[in-house]
Amino acid sequence: MSVPARVVTLVVAFLAVAGGASFLVINFLLSSPPVEAYTTAADGQVHVTMQEDPQNTVTNKPDWVSYFIKSPTTGQWVHTTLFQVPAGATVDMTILGYDGCTPLRNPFWSKVTGTIGNVADVNGKPTKAINSWSGCNVGHTFSIPGIGLNVPMATPSVTATLCSTSPCTSGPHEVMTFKFKVPTTPGDYFWQCRVPCGGGFIDGFGGPMQTIGYMTGNMEVVS
Amino acid sequence: MAIAAQPQASESGGGQAIAGRAPRPWWGRPNMLWGLVGGAIGYTLGHVLGNYLTGLGAPTQYPNTALSDSADWPIVLGYAIGIVGWLAGLGVFNDILRQMAGRPAVQSDENEVGGLAKYFRFTHDHKVVGLQYLIGMIIYFCTAGLFAMAIRTELLSPVDHVFSSAAYVEIVGEHGTMMMMLMTSVIVGPLGNYLVPIMIGSKRVAFPRLEALSFWLTPAAFIILLSGLLLGGFPFGWTGYAPLSIQSTVGADSYAMAFGLMGISMVLAGFNLIVTIICYRAPGMRWSRLPMFVWSMIATSFLFVLAAPVLVGGMYMMITDRTAQTAFFADQLGGSSYLYQNLFWFFGHPEVYILALPGFGIVSEIIPVFTRKPLFGYKVAAAGMIGVTLLSFFVWQHHLFDSGINPDMRPLFMLTTELISIPTGFIYLVAMGTFWKAKIRFTVPMLFAIGMYFNFLIGGISGVFLSDVPADTTEHGSFFVMAHFHYTIMGGLIFALFGGIYYWLPKMMGIKLNQTLGKWHFWTMFIFFNSTFLPLFAVGMAGQPRRVFEYARNLETLNDWVSISAFLLGGSILLFVINFVWSTVFARVREVGNPWNSRGLEWQISSPPPPGNFARVPVVLSGPYEYGDPNAEPVADLNPPPGVLAATFSTPQDAKAEA
Amino acid sequence: MAASEAPPSAGSGGASGAGSGRAGQAEPNHGLRIFLIWLVVALAADLLIWFVWGPHLPPGDMASAANGQQFDIRVMAVMAAPVMALVLVYGAYAMIVWRHREGDDTDGPAIHGNTRVQATWITVTSVIVLCLAGFGTYELVNGQGAGAGEGPTAIWHPTGTKPLQVQVIGQQWRFTYRYPQFGGFETTQLVLPVNRWVQFNVTSLDVIHSFWAYQLGVKADANPGVNNIAFTKPTSTGRVVVRCAELCGLWHGAMFDYGKVVTDSAFMTWASQTRAQLADVTAMLPPYATTYDPTVIPNINKAMAKAGIVGANGYYYPPNDPVQP
Repeated sequence: MSVPARVVTLVVAFLAVAGGASFLVINFLLSSPPVEAYTTAADGQVHVTMQEDPQNTVTNKPDWVSYFIKSPTTGQWVHTTLFQVPAGATVDMTILGYDGCTPLRNPFWSKVTGTIGNVADVNGKPTKAINSWSGCNVGHTFSIPGIGLNVPMATPSVTATLCSTSPCTSGPHEVMTFKFKVPTTPGDYFWQCRVPCGGGFIDGFGGPMQTIGYMTGNMEVVS
Repeated sequence: MAIAAQPQASESGGGQAIAGRAPRPWWGRPNMLWGLVGGAIGYTLGHVLGNYLTGLGAPTQYPNTALSDSADWPIVLGYAIGIVGWLAGLGVFNDILRQMAGRPAVQSDENEVGGLAKYFRFTHDHKVVGLQYLIGMIIYFCTAGLFAMAIRTELLSPVDHVFSSAAYVEIVGEHGTMMMMLMTSVIVGPLGNYLVPIMIGSKRVAFPRLEALSFWLTPAAFIILLSGLLLGGFPFGWTGYAPLSIQSTVGADSYAMAFGLMGISMVLAGFNLIVTIICYRAPGMRWSRLPMFVWSMIATSFLFVLAAPVLVGGMYMMITDRTAQTAFFADQLGGSSYLYQNLFWFFGHPEVYILALPGFGIVSEIIPVFTRKPLFGYKVAAAGMIGVTLLSFFVWQHHLFDSGINPDMRPLFMLTTELISIPTGFIYLVAMGTFWKAKIRFTVPMLFAIGMYFNFLIGGISGVFLSDVPADTTEHGSFFVMAHFHYTIMGGLIFALFGGIYYWLPKMMGIKLNQTLGKWHFWTMFIFFNSTFLPLFAVGMAGQPRRVFEYARNLETLNDWVSISAFLLGGSILLFVINFVWSTVFARVREVGNPWNSRGLEWQISSPPPPGNFARVPVVLSGPYEYGDPNAEPVADLNPPPGVLAATFSTPQDAKAEA
Repeated sequence: MAASEAPPSAGSGGASGAGSGRAGQAEPNHGLRIFLIWLVVALAADLLIWFVWGPHLPPGDMASAANGQQFDIRVMAVMAAPVMALVLVYGAYAMIVWRHREGDDTDGPAIHGNTRVQATWITVTSVIVLCLAGFGTYELVNGQGAGAGEGPTAIWHPTGTKPLQVQVIGQQWRFTYRYPQFGGFETTQLVLPVNRWVQFNVTSLDVIHSFWAYQLGVKADANPGVNNIAFTKPTSTGRVVVRCAELCGLWHGAMFDYGKVVTDSAFMTWASQTRAQLADVTAMLPPYATTYDPTVIPNINKAMAKAGIVGANGYYYPPNDPVQP
C-alpha cells in the first residue's frame, strides 16, 4: 500500500476506535440519572419529597420497583434517586409509599434511627418502629448508612389495589415524614433500601436494589 | 521423532486462480466482515428465540419481560448463536461441511503472498495466525489499559467521584476480566503460534484449523465482554464470586460467556501446541536441545489443557444458575458458594502460572543471545518449568485462606505455596549463572528481560508474604495483593512480551522497530511501572481493600502519586503503540538477516520466513545456546543430503516421500 | 548450501568459576566481591527492618492477632531482604562489570552449568522455604488462628477463658453486630472490651462479604449460611477500622465503619445500656443463631399468603424459583 493510503487507513481506524471509546464512555459509563438540587427554604429547612412505586412504567424494566423524586423546580416527579442538599441543613423529608409489603430480611432495620427525635411520622402519627414480620407493614426503607439514618416505609392496606402506572399520582399510599440533620462536611452519602424487594433476584437484592435510579442513590452534600 | 511426511498443499485455496476461473474478490470469500454479519444475524436469532422461550415460561407477573431486555435467556442464547454465526461467517465450518458432502478439504492460502486480506481470514498458516494474534492482543491490552486509566482517575480522590459507583464497579470488572482472560494467550498466541514450529524445525503445526479457531474466538470474546457495558456491566470483578454473580443483572451473562469462550480458545491453543511440540520436532531436535521458549510453551499448554476446562465448567454452571434455575452456587437454595470459589481458583491459580511461564521462557531465550553465553543450567530451567506446572495445581486454596474453608487445609496449602517458589527461583539461578562473566549488550530486548527479572523478583517475594497465612490475614483482598499480581503479571509477563516483540519482530515481519523509541519506551515504562505499583504495597498494608471507590483520607496522597504514575505508564504504552505503528506502517526499516546474531534455529532462515518455513526439513545438530564454544556444531543443517534424513525415518516409504 | 552461519569468532575457552585469567591480568575474585557487598547490604537491611521499621509494621499491635501478624511480617521481611539483596547486588555487579566493551565481538565463556552452585541453590532455597512454611504453621497454631476466619469448626482457639461472643452479620451493605451473651441485641456499633478474648462469628445474609477489622488483625469472609469463626484479643484501647474486603455489589466501597476497644467497665456499661435501649428491636429479631436460615423469609411469605395477606411486586424470591428474568 502506498504511504497516503496507509495514512488514510490509520486515521480512519484511529477515529473509529476513538469514536467507539468515547461513545461507550459518554453514553454508558458517565451517564447517570439527573441530580435534583434542593436548597434551603424560607423556614430554614430543606423540603425533599420522594415516592416509592410498585413498578415503573417509564423505563424498559417495568417490573422493577422504583423511587421517584419530586423536582424542586418544576414540581414534577423525576425518575431519579440522586439529590443534593446544602451542608449542615435540616432536611424535612416526605416519602409517599405506594408499594405493598415485603418482610425485612433483617428485622433490625424495622427501627427508626438517625432522625431528629428518632421518630418518623406515619400519616402524622409518630412511630418508632414498624414490625415487618408481624403483618404486611413495611414496603421499603430509606436508609443513609453514612449518617446512621434508617426509616422503614409503611404500606397501604393489605387489601387495597395498588397504583399501576408510575409515577403514581393517585392510589392508596402512606405519607411518611421525618427530619434529619445533614452533616457539615460536603461529600456523597449513598442511600439504599433494605427490604429485599428486588423480585426475582437472589435475596431480593439484585436488579433495582443495585441500580442507581431505582432503589438506591446518592445524597450529595454540597457546601 | 518427526512426522515423516509433511503434507504438501494439495489444492489451491479459494483465492488462487483456478484454470479458467477468475480468483474470487475479497468480499466473496469468508472473512472477518462476514463473520461480523454472521454474528449479528446469529445474535438476533438467539435473542428472538430467547424471548420466545422466556415468554413461554415466565410467570404472568412479567408480561413485558421479553421487551424489557432484562431477561437472561435472550442474552445468553443471543451470544451463543451469535458465536456460531461469527464462526460460520469466517468460514470455520466450510471444510467440515465440504468433507461431510464428500468433497476434499481445501488447503488454503499457503502460497498466497502479499496483501493484507489474508490477515482477516480463517487461515491455516501458523505465521498468519501468529500475526493476527499479535495485533489482536495489542488491541485488547490497550483497551483494558484504558479501563485501568479510568480506575486510577476515580481513585484520585476518596470523596469526589468521577464515575458513579455503578460505573466504577463495571470498569473494575471490565479491566480485570479483559486482562485476565485475554492476556492468557498474549504470548502463546502471537509468539508461541508463530515461533514454535520454526524453532522446532517444523513446516507447520499439528492442527492448523484448531489454532486459527483459537484465535478467532478471541475477538468474539472481546466483543462479548465489551458489550457487557451496554447491558449494565457486572459488579463482581474478574473473579465472579457467587452468589453475587447469580444475583446480578444481565451484564453478568456477557462475563460468563466471554470467559467461557476464552476457556475454549485456551484448550484449543494448548492442545495444538502440545501435539506440535511432541510430534513435529525435526530430526535431531532432542528434548535437551529444545529452546527454553518452547519448553515454556509446552508447560503453559499443559496448564491450558488441564485447567481451562474447569473454568468452562464453572462458567457453564454460573449460566445455568442464572437462567435454568439450577442452584449450584446459591447457599440460600441448597448449593454452596464455596463450590464456585474452588472451581474458579482451581482454574485461577494455574491461570496465573499460564501468565508467568511464557515470560520465563522469553527471557531465558533472550539472555543467552545478549550475554553471548550458553544458558546456565539448562536442565534446571526445564525442571523449573515442569515443577511450576505440576505444583500449580496444588496451591489454589491459598486464595481462600480467610474464607472459612476447613482450617486443616491451611498449613497444607501454605506448604505447597511456599514450595512452588523453589522451581520459580530456578529461573533466577539460570539467569544469574548466565550473567556470570558474560558480555552483556543492553539492547532493547535485553533491557526488557532485565526489567522482567527485577519486577518479578519483587512480585515473587511479595507472593511469599501472601503465602504465610497469618500475614495473609491482613493482606488478602487489599491493594497488597493487587501490587503483587501486577508485579508478577505486568512486570513479568508484559515486560517479557515487549522484549519478545522487539526481539522477534524482525523475524516475524522483516521490520525492525525503532530502537531509540524502544529504549525510551523501556525506561519510561520501567520507571513509571515501579512508581505506580510499589506504593500500592504500602497502600494495601495500610488497610485499603480492593475494588473500592472510597478510601481512608490519609491515603489520598499515596493514591494520587500512584494515579499520576499510572497515567504516565499509560503514556509509555502509547509510546510503544506509536513506535509499532510508525515502524511497521511508515518507516518499514527492512531487516532480513540475523540482526541479533542469535544461534536460534528461527534466525537461520529468512525474515519473514517463506511459506512452509523451511525448504527442506532441517536436521538439528546442536542446541541453540552453544555460545563461546569454538567446537560447537552449527545449530542445524538446513539442506541435509537425502541420505541423512532417510536414516532417521522408520519406514522406507516415508524416506522416499521426503527425498 | 552451507549450514547456518557460525556465530562471531568463538570466545575464550570454556573457563568456569573464579580465578581463570585473562592474558596478562589477574582475574578478580568476583564471587568474593559479590559476597562481601551482599553481606553488607543484607545486614544493613535486616537491622533496619528488625529494629527501626519493625515496631511500626502494619497492622500494628493493638490486638493479639495483629501483633502476631506484625511479628510474622517482620520475620519474613528479614528473611526476604537478603534474598532480594542477593539477586539485586549480583545483577548490578554483573551489569557493571560484565557489560559488553566496545570492539569486543567475542563470546563469553561456554559455562553450561555448575553442579555445586546448582545443588547449593536448590538446597538453600528449599531450606528457607520449608522453614518459612513451618514458621507460618507455628504462628497459625500458636496464634489461635492468627485472626483468620477458620470456618464453623475452629481448631485453633484460646484455651482456658471463654471468649466474648460477637456475631458479625454481613448484609448488603452494612455490618451489624449481635451480642448473644447480652440478650442477643443487634447494633451497628462494634464495641469491645480490652484484654479479653473475642470470638467473632461471621456470617452473611446475602452474598459473600469479608469482615476486616484492621487493628484487630481479623479477616473472615462472611458467607451465607456459614459461620466463620475468628479469634483475637485486643490489648490496648483505641479505634478500629472495619472494612468489607470482598466485593459485594454496588456499594462495596462504602461498606465500612469504625468500632472501638474500650475498658472493661466502659464496655459493660455500654452493653447493658444498649441492651435496654434496643429491647423493643431485639424482641422483633429472630432468635440468635450462628447462621440464619435463608428460607425463613420465603416461609414468612407462605404464611402471609396462607393468611390471605398478599404482597405486590415487591415480593421476595419463592424458594422454587431461584432465578427469574
